[in-house]
Amino acid sequence: MNRYRLSTFGLEAAMIAVAVVVGFPVYVLLNLAVRAPSDTSSPIRPTTTPTFDNFTQAWQQGALGGALVNSALVTVGSVVIVLAVSSLAAYPLARVTARWSRGMFLLIMLGLVLPFQLAALPLYQTMRDLGLLGTIWALILFYSGLLVPFTTFLYVGFLRALPRDFEDAALIDGCTPLEAFRFVVLPMLKPVTVTALVLNAVAVWNDFFTPLLYLSGTAHQTMPVAIAGFVGQYAADWNLIFAALVISIVPVLVVYFVLQRSIISGFAGGLKG
Amino acid sequence: MAVAQDVKIRDRVVARRRRRPNAPPWWFMAPAMLLFAFVVLVPSVRGLYYAFTDWDGLDPDFAMIGLGNFTKMMDDPNAAQAIWHTLLIAVSITIIQNGFGLLLALGVNSIIKSRNVLRVFLFAPAVVTPIVTAYLWRNLLGPDGAVNSLLGAVGLGSLQQDWLGDPHLALWSIVAVIVWQFGGYSMVIFLAGLQSVPREIYEAAAIDGTGPVRRFWSVTRPLLAPAFTINLMLSIIGGIKLFDQVYALTGGGPGHATDTISTLIYKDAFTLGEFGYSIALAVILTIIVAVASTGQYLLLSRNERAAS
Repeated sequence: MNRYRLSTFGLEAAMIAVAVVVGFPVYVLLNLAVRAPSDTSSPIRPTTTPTFDNFTQAWQQGALGGALVNSALVTVGSVVIVLAVSSLAAYPLARVTARWSRGMFLLIMLGLVLPFQLAALPLYQTMRDLGLLGTIWALILFYSGLLVPFTTFLYVGFLRALPRDFEDAALIDGCTPLEAFRFVVLPMLKPVTVTALVLNAVAVWNDFFTPLLYLSGTAHQTMPVAIAGFVGQYAADWNLIFAALVISIVPVLVVYFVLQRSIISGFAGGLKG
Repeated sequence: MAVAQDVKIRDRVVARRRRRPNAPPWWFMAPAMLLFAFVVLVPSVRGLYYAFTDWDGLDPDFAMIGLGNFTKMMDDPNAAQAIWHTLLIAVSITIIQNGFGLLLALGVNSIIKSRNVLRVFLFAPAVVTPIVTAYLWRNLLGPDGAVNSLLGAVGLGSLQQDWLGDPHLALWSIVAVIVWQFGGYSMVIFLAGLQSVPREIYEAAAIDGTGPVRRFWSVTRPLLAPAFTINLMLSIIGGIKLFDQVYALTGGGPGHATDTISTLIYKDAFTLGEFGYSIALAVILTIIVAVASTGQYLLLSRNERAAS
């Protein structure tokens, strides 16, 4: 069962074939991104005289640098806030069995089912009235609330499986509940924090619908909205568009390949709860 | 002396009782609850209310029209179609993406040499922004795109299609793009499940002379129940809420051939200004998500219990 046989080789070949098919779009993406617009040969033929003009042009015309900064600010801001408030909230939710605690937990879990489309339009009006539309603060505020149910759910599940002995000891030794949380509970939550961090950061970075609503028509755009605007503007110039797509993908893939171990186990692990 | 000793003990007992581990206070959840109420709870309740009005998103003068938006939906062929597309996409993605993901997981869980590289590579599309991959595919699937070029190059020119422009194909093209992007996501979750299966169980089954198919069905499948629960839940809810890929690939077209509830909500609200009607559609979406997730939860948790 553990020997490399001919059938294992067959499986290896089949899996690599699948990987080639999955990778085919990436090849075309890179191939066309380095191709001059004047070259109209088949998209699958390797580009003979590669050029980087598309990249410089896309970077200058698409305001992609600003979009990258905005996306980074929104992602970091929202994720830090949601991890802080959700882990803190999970502590009484997991430890207190009084009726108010269980009631609140059910209320938060309701948020897992409510699709944000229901809240998005009334909230759009509120954001407008508060003058937050078109600012990245609207997005940070939005994600900080939107991601509370899922993040709290992860933390509560994890905390319930943790023994209380350490925090009890800290409390007996005279810690306040806040100190017990900060210095005893929070460090033990590290594995689930990594999971929540990865899943939330990817969700916020990639979200398109919300910034489309709250930022459209303004100069402050996140990467997905900037890309959509770029495609709308240069509709037929696919070489330029592909260069912009590559620019938007590179930071994500660099982070992914550097942290792949934590990211993959984050995706797989959150789900064990 | 004895009295002093007693007093000391009593003081110590009182002190300990006072310092007894006290439960974390309720206000720890206040920041999270405030954010959650502001962003999700209050707007959702207001949304529920607006669904029964003719609000246009701007005019403060609007009227209660009872079930007007919902009866209007009955007569709106676009709404019925969008609901149908949404369900069709959700069910197709759930079946195809998880089938594909399970096969990939079994493949990379074997002893092939490329398994570690393949895991990282096959999962990579799942972290890339969906709107970006969708624009990439919009070009690949175009009449002069790379998919048709490839078919021509390998002598399958007769299969060339206008993948996104043909109303009968466009929906399936969208499903294919999503499976391409998130097959690796399902794989990673199944893989975590597979790796939690103890090796000894397989060895015992192998010693008993169980074939690979039987081994999968009787040993692996029941132990994968938690991974199935998570994967099915994620793909069905993701499929029901689908917006980005449809927006970028077809914009709901050609005609309304690929409109989902989410794209229709967006169009009705922001291009037609029918906020009330649009929110009524969101209510329908909420009901579908709620029914699907509760149903699936009940069904799968029963299976999980049966399997364990």
